[in-house]
Amino acid sequence: MKSEIRKKQKVLIADDSEMNRSILTDMLGEDFEIIEAVDGKQAVTMLQKHNLEFSILLLDIVMPEMDGFEVLAMMNQYHWIEDVPVIMISAETSPSYIERAYELGVTDFVSRPFDELIVRRRVLNTIMLYAKQKKLVGLVSDQIYEKEKNSDLMVNILSHIVEFRNGESGLHVLHIQTITEMLLKKLVQITGQYRLSASDISLIGKASALHDIGKIAIPDEVLNKPGRFTPEEYEQMKTHAAIGASMLEELPFYGDEPLVKIAYQICRWHHERYDGKGYPDGLKGEEIPIAAQIVSLADVYDALTSKRVYKDAYSHEKAIQMIINGECGAFNPVLLECLQAIGESIRSELQVNSPNQHSQREIQNVTAEILRHEELGVSERTLRLLEHERTKFQFFASLSQEIQFEYTTQPPMLSVYDWGAHQLGLNEIIMNPEEDEKFIEVIGKDNLHQLTEKLHKTTPENPVAQIDCEIQINGSPRWSRIISRTMWFDEENPQCTGAIGKVVDIHEERLQMAALRHRASHDLLTGLMNHTYAREYIQQRIKSRPDGNFALVIFDLDHFKQANDNYGHSFGDQVLQYVADKLSRSIRGEDVAARAGGDEFLIFLEYKTDLEAAIQRIFRTLTGEFNGFPISLSMGIATTEDGENEYGALFHRADQALYAVKRGGRGHYRYYDDSIKDTLSVISSID
Amino acid sequence: MTLQECYEKFGGSYEDVSGRLRKEALIRKFVLKFLDDPSYDTLCRAMESKNQEEAFRAAHTLKGVCQNLAFSRLYESSRDLTEQLRSGQDMEKVDAALFARLQEDYRQTADAIRLLDPAEA
Repeated sequence: MKSEIRKKQKVLIADDSEMNRSILTDMLGEDFEIIEAVDGKQAVTMLQKHNLEFSILLLDIVMPEMDGFEVLAMMNQYHWIEDVPVIMISAETSPSYIERAYELGVTDFVSRPFDELIVRRRVLNTIMLYAKQKKLVGLVSDQIYEKEKNSDLMVNILSHIVEFRNGESGLHVLHIQTITEMLLKKLVQITGQYRLSASDISLIGKASALHDIGKIAIPDEVLNKPGRFTPEEYEQMKTHAAIGASMLEELPFYGDEPLVKIAYQICRWHHERYDGKGYPDGLKGEEIPIAAQIVSLADVYDALTSKRVYKDAYSHEKAIQMIINGECGAFNPVLLECLQAIGESIRSELQVNSPNQHSQREIQNVTAEILRHEELGVSERTLRLLEHERTKFQFFASLSQEIQFEYTTQPPMLSVYDWGAHQLGLNEIIMNPEEDEKFIEVIGKDNLHQLTEKLHKTTPENPVAQIDCEIQINGSPRWSRIISRTMWFDEENPQCTGAIGKVVDIHEERLQMAALRHRASHDLLTGLMNHTYAREYIQQRIKSRPDGNFALVIFDLDHFKQANDNYGHSFGDQVLQYVADKLSRSIRGEDVAARAGGDEFLIFLEYKTDLEAAIQRIFRTLTGEFNGFPISLSMGIATTEDGENEYGALFHRADQALYAVKRGGRGHYRYYDDSIKDTLSVISSID
Repeated sequence: MTLQECYEKFGGSYEDVSGRLRKEALIRKFVLKFLDDPSYDTLCRAMESKNQEEAFRAAHTLKGVCQNLAFSRLYESSRDLTEQLRSGQDMEKVDAALFARLQEDYRQTADAIRLLDPAEA
């Protein structure tokens, strides 16, 4: 049974010597699950990857990549050292090394040579020590919580008894507590005179609820009398301060509790005045304990601003004014200063502390209580929930056949979940991915740059970035969409802690789109661009290079109608395909060839000086015969050099030149010039 | 040669190692494994290419392994070399005789291990 429990515990051994690791593994392997790391960097990776689930880390000092001290420094920086105890296993024995290691939080040392008994004992002892410590911390915080809760509860019950007898709602007690704490916090800001710690403040706040418990001893008819008190009644009423104090003083137990002592001061002296004219003891100035002074002021303020049987509620401003003017007693000037400094915020605080809010707090307490009463402590429960989420996530990730990843900035580490890592041919954990050659090779340097740039521009409100790019999947490039969301910590002062995301394969979709685009822009028969697309394309080319020289050429096949008539339409189609094929091979890559319709074709080319040579070459190449059908062209040419660089006009001019050729007997070409300015055109204008 | 004779031959302390690792089979396994340990080769390469940092690490690892296996003689020579290689010192000043001694100690240790009897059933 015992060894079964131990078996589940994991031990991480970080040592660059395989021999040393396997000696330790042999010594500990029976009782623990051993994970090995060959250097410091891998040790850190393992700690992260296993969510610090190690019961202990056996750490060497002298290692490549990251040495043992650097690992310790990192474990300190991220507080991992609080969860995973470390035993040093270095051959280094110089005192300076040992001292430094202890300073960095190492629990123990195992020196070389390894002795099986010692190694096993030290490891077990350290694990037990840590486990005990964690359990003790849990126990102590449980007990503190219990104690706090109980005393809160008792104080509340007591003060409510008084309130109910008094016909009040219970709000008064809450208000006093809130105002008292606000005044105290302000007081320690303004002066160091009273030396109050945060726990003193919360103690005084709690004790303030008991200020009127002495009223239990006041007869009903006096306590709840609607009109003015007679002098006798007033004297009787005044006894509540001393009575409350003596009730506390005579408590058979707990008389020494700080809460009881403070409550005593408050009960007895919360009706004293700073000028010495209060009751029951007529204390003056600083003779009155500060706790009582403060509660006294809080009591007066709340009485003024609340509705009572004998009066309406005064406004905040009016109440402050009355107090400052000394209409409601005499107070320590420093406290008046505090009250004024708090000013407006009292009202909003009191509203927050409404009964509704209070019951919400109760609910939170009950929830916390339920959690406490379960077998698990809160932190263990949280860990278990996290583990649950992690398992769930990994399961879905492995099913989804998507490449999913997570990146943390501290330390810079990319995790790609198993299936995805396999697809990409990468390790699941990549430290410093921006410097990792293999990773860069897979994703592509420019793509990575583009993605990181987009991620840098995200904000907590708009955290998602997306790029489409070609990356290496299973060794060949595929179009992929990388969608990533940056993760942020701390709402008020957001810091980016990393990013999560996935890679979606859009290769097929992308190819289909490309095919569709091709079909929409190209002629089905010849595979050349269609006229509409060619026109758009040419317009853009001219626009992007306004200083370039361009020529627009239109030609048609002479007597093409005879090919159709004599050999049938499918032969005619073959002729067109033949010409298109020759045409696309006789132009340069950046030139454009398009089918303008029927047997008319269009060429667009950029030239520097010698346009004529290019035209001649094309004209000669295309002229010839196809399966007995003679191919002869009529061709018209217009250039931007003539001062026209608008597509419609260029087309019209080339068309006019073509018409002139046809009229002049076909089978040759000519350039547009002003002499044919007013001739007709062959093709009706497409615009 | 028995394991004990082997230790005697290359100047190790069988008594020490058996006191710590306890089981003979375990000691034998690690002694044989020592022949595959890369730190000696790494050390030789690093000494040749004057890579002080790597030489230090390799000597240091070799020292640790020898200490664990109680290879006393080789431990001493690797310890002395480690100290000389410790960073901040001039690689040129490393005593050549010291490295030669370590090589000789290693050779003797490795030779003796190769003569070890196969494990008794």
